[in-house]
Amino acid sequence: MNKLEWHDSKRVERLLDVLADRILVLDGAMGTMIQQAKLSEQDYRGDRFADHSDDLKGNNDLLTLTRPDLIESIHQKFLAVGCDMVETNTFNANRISQADYALESLSEEINRESARIARKACDAAEQDDPDKPRFVVGVIGPTNRTASISPDVSSPGYRNIDFATLVESYQEAARGLLDGGADLIMIETVFDTLNAKAAIFAVQEEFEQRGERWPLLISGTITDASGRTLSGQTPEAFYYSVAHAEPLGVGFNCALGADQLKAHVKSLDRVAECLVTAHPNAGLPNEFGEYDETPEEMASVIATYAEEGLVNIIGGCCGTTPDHLRAIADAVADHKPRTLQFPIAA
Amino acid sequence: MNDISDKKETEQRFTRLSGLEPLVITPELNFVNVGERTNVTGSARFKRLILDEQYDEAVEVALQQVENGAQIIDVNMDEGLLDAEQAMTRFLNLIAAEPDIARVPVMVDSSKFAVIEAGLRCLQGKGIVNSISLKEGEDEFLEQARRIRRYGAAVVVMAFDETGQADQAERMVECLSRAHKLLTEEAGFPPEDIIFDPNIFPVATGMDEHNNYSMEFINATRELKKKFPHCHISGGVSNMSFSFRGNNVVREAMHSVFLYHATKAGMDMGIVNAGQLEVYDDIDPELRELVEDVVLNRRDDATERLLEAADQYKGEGKRQEKDEAWREKPVAERLKYSLVKGIDKYVIEDTEEARQQHASSLEVIEGPLMDGMNYVGDLFGDGKMFLPQVVKSARVMKKAVAHLVPYLEKEKKAGEKKGKILLATVKGDVHDIGKNIVGVVLACNGFDIHDLGVMVPVEKILEEARKEEVDVIGLSGLITPSLDEMVTVAEAMNNEQFELPLMIGGATTSRAHTALRIDPAYPNGVVWVKDASRSVDVARKLSSKNHRDNYARGIKDDYASYRERAANKKSRKPLIKLEQARANAFEPDWEAHTPETPAQPGLHVIEDWPLEDLVDYIDWTPFFRTWELAGRYPDILEDDVVGEAATSLFKDARAMLDKIVDEQWLRTRAVCALWPAASDGDDVLLYTDETRNEVRERLVMLRQQADKASENLCLADFVAPADSGIEDWAGLFAVTAGLDIEKAQERLPENDDYADIMLKALADRLAEALAEALHRKVRTELWGYAKDEGLDNESLIGEKYRGIRPAPGYPACPDHSEKTKIFDLLDAPGNAEMQLTESFAMLPTAAVSGYYFGHPDSKYFVVGKVNKDQVEDYAKRKGISFEQAEKFLRPNLGY
Repeated sequence: MNKLEWHDSKRVERLLDVLADRILVLDGAMGTMIQQAKLSEQDYRGDRFADHSDDLKGNNDLLTLTRPDLIESIHQKFLAVGCDMVETNTFNANRISQADYALESLSEEINRESARIARKACDAAEQDDPDKPRFVVGVIGPTNRTASISPDVSSPGYRNIDFATLVESYQEAARGLLDGGADLIMIETVFDTLNAKAAIFAVQEEFEQRGERWPLLISGTITDASGRTLSGQTPEAFYYSVAHAEPLGVGFNCALGADQLKAHVKSLDRVAECLVTAHPNAGLPNEFGEYDETPEEMASVIATYAEEGLVNIIGGCCGTTPDHLRAIADAVADHKPRTLQFPIAA
Repeated sequence: MNDISDKKETEQRFTRLSGLEPLVITPELNFVNVGERTNVTGSARFKRLILDEQYDEAVEVALQQVENGAQIIDVNMDEGLLDAEQAMTRFLNLIAAEPDIARVPVMVDSSKFAVIEAGLRCLQGKGIVNSISLKEGEDEFLEQARRIRRYGAAVVVMAFDETGQADQAERMVECLSRAHKLLTEEAGFPPEDIIFDPNIFPVATGMDEHNNYSMEFINATRELKKKFPHCHISGGVSNMSFSFRGNNVVREAMHSVFLYHATKAGMDMGIVNAGQLEVYDDIDPELRELVEDVVLNRRDDATERLLEAADQYKGEGKRQEKDEAWREKPVAERLKYSLVKGIDKYVIEDTEEARQQHASSLEVIEGPLMDGMNYVGDLFGDGKMFLPQVVKSARVMKKAVAHLVPYLEKEKKAGEKKGKILLATVKGDVHDIGKNIVGVVLACNGFDIHDLGVMVPVEKILEEARKEEVDVIGLSGLITPSLDEMVTVAEAMNNEQFELPLMIGGATTSRAHTALRIDPAYPNGVVWVKDASRSVDVARKLSSKNHRDNYARGIKDDYASYRERAANKKSRKPLIKLEQARANAFEPDWEAHTPETPAQPGLHVIEDWPLEDLVDYIDWTPFFRTWELAGRYPDILEDDVVGEAATSLFKDARAMLDKIVDEQWLRTRAVCALWPAASDGDDVLLYTDETRNEVRERLVMLRQQADKASENLCLADFVAPADSGIEDWAGLFAVTAGLDIEKAQERLPENDDYADIMLKALADRLAEALAEALHRKVRTELWGYAKDEGLDNESLIGEKYRGIRPAPGYPACPDHSEKTKIFDLLDAPGNAEMQLTESFAMLPTAAVSGYYFGHPDSKYFVVGKVNKDQVEDYAKRKGISFEQAEKFLRPNLGY
């Protein structure tokens, strides 16, 4: 088992205390909130990138540098409705994804600054209500490439990314997140477990170089009704493939609404020797690609997760707004968290 | 982080591995089989495939391993001639794309750590590393162990330390205990992720000091399992019988005796050939005793005694003797034996004997005969028998039933059938080999088959279904237009308020097409059947009044969710725009290559190409695929799994082929033409003459639209553009070897489906051979750009020559309807007695037609999915409506 010390053992102890007590609420969809702000190309560019060669609209992670005020206000909105944890605005803040905008050199900076903004928002909320600790979850997204699936149907053995390149990219992201003050790292929206394994490898390299470690969450994505990840794994196989990371928690997010996701969270509940997390979408997208499940509808399903003791951390993915999270926080407030078969040692 | 209390620890520390699916090693599993055939050091065949870069076949080896019950597959590329890191990466990436293989965990096997790391970087699941050891000391051991842990794999530790490889139980235990301590205390390994390999060495080598090796392993195993109950014990079993190479009977007996005792001591994992393990109880008792003496080292002269006896078990001597022994058994056993082995020599006398013992003939059918056929069905379902064997079994069954028919009629009782199934190849399609195979397999499983043959119009199908009161309708087809015809049948069944379930099969059918197009058209159950082996189970469920509804509903839900997934998937992999694809076209270097003018341009008709000249051109691999035997000829004849079935099938095929040739059962016709040509965008223009002023015909082609690094190919790329001024050429051909096949069928024994399927499969092969032979004539004489070509048949099949002959309906040019142009231009009906059906299937069925392109860089490729913009463009170029184009390109629509 991992022998490194916690980076901040008091903070981890605090986290484990509240986790033992109740279901923690992770925040909602950063992307949806940014979309609602209806930004222009100019907003994305700011002064710093006014002359950049490529179009930047849609590069949400870049807003950390060009519209930090907006990102902070989104964090504040989620904190205000009772979220215990906020996710950094770093889903695509890695060298590989940023290359699409010719901004790969910014990867570490975006991660660091995103963590800082989230840290600032959490610290302020915690100051207002010292009894309710707020945690910064440093997000590592999957990148836009898959290490175990060929992008070319006619040559199944071909890959457009390899493990070593992914490790390098993820480690750079992790470095930024930790420098910026993240409390935890979350490897999320895992559609290809080999990508996640590279991220785990990268995070552990980073921990080892620093001589200390941080709690880790890993969240996979069941892409469709097959009940498997995009790369074909069942929920159990996914968990066994990442368990060597000794994560604080594993879970699922994205692609499905709370209703469709529940069976898969149950599968994890049966086998996971760690916490279980979930942050589903606000239903399935309609024909316009929009998510229209209401806060009440979503919260009523989430309430059944809580009643059945399936989860320790719950939040929202695509389409979930502060209203959704308020309803979810209410729905789980009176329920006990999932009990572990195995005690967690701080 | 998760500390586990001591009590819990003893209760549930199970090793949890994964491929696409989990593998939890619980005590109930007893023994985990690790497949050994994907190992270049252990399998000469696999080594040859990898060295020859025949990765497709190498992947099939892995698939067979899994299908034969390997729960993990061992992959080893340690071969001096190979870049093992590269080979490991390439192979693991390929099998990752095969869900039927990737579902099991992989054991990355190498003595070089760099190769192990290369392998681990390809595994999304939790695999096993085989192996590390203390050979180079603790520091290196720990460094490697920590890295393996970081990649998330379990590990095999070999009993090897700084002083050498342990060959005595005490040393094995000492060495592995030390490794265990380092792994758990220093490298962070949970004990269940540790697998010990205490070393299996050869015994009966003639060296006295080797005699106790198996016992050393067994004793070490017992001690290690006691000391470390969560860890596993494994080893490479075939090593122990090394001195009996060439005598598989003895070797298999040694392996099974060794495993019998080692597993009792606690060995719970092993690298074995899952398909080739003799059952301990089935070993000849005499041999077992001798082997046991060796394995357990019970007598000093054990080795000599086994060596002495070994020759008796070698070869066929002893086995032959046994072969006739089955004749001594009771009649029911004999019938079963005849059915399983496909022996028809005694079946009539045995059936008669059984009839006299039973109250009625019906009892004979329902009793011993059906018992035998059920056993055949079980063996087939378990992959222990193969299709040609099953068809032979069916032939024996038919013979037995034919003997009973007169008695049955006298008894005036009809056999109770499991269900009546209508089979038909749909309108426009003439292919029936697959349908006939399904018919035979179903018939020998007790179903009553009503086969309407080929080109059956929808009205006829519905009418017969009503008249015959069938329980299930089964549709078959090989060419893509048949897919639409199946939808038509489904719609008609819906309109006429049928309630019968519908079974769909045939080479172009798929789960995807069935789910997306056929299932929505008919509410009362549509089931796609992958191959003949699955048809029995499906038919059984569909014809059972009790199970049908539930089963059909389950499948319907499954298809509905497939549709939902397909709808979601579309956004995931966008195709590029047609204009982008065109910008990324393949552009040959026309400076480097000037197209040759044909030596004999124009049209050529060749009547009656001698059959005997075609035999050497036959590519046998697809022949075996027709019979659902996977593997490449000639290796397939030696294959561990299907070798026996393949050899016997091949013998029968050669015998019939000799007759076809000697007695001229079939006639051939061939026509081809070489004309001035040029490309115009994605079209190929054929000119009427060398002035190139008048276009004879415009052949429309499709371009790949996938987002890919290499070029987006189109067949037109291989022809010089019209505006380049380069005078290029292209060709067309149509050949058949199936003329007079109806007369040939009359020569076959009645009711012999095996022979009937064989004849059609051979005619298909001869047609392909004729296409190959004609292509060669074109290259060396008619076009003459390769006059000195001196390739043997293997190179021909490997397509190592210059130029290609793609056929409409195949991946590079998937639109079957383009065949009409070929048939018109060549006057195939007049020149080659060939016809096209309204769905563009060729008659006779044993036929090939296509294009010739001669550019040195021309090659076969897969067009794959195309986008709406290309379909619109294609419709315009071809002069048909968009809807019509969509219909022709249905399987390739990527939007």
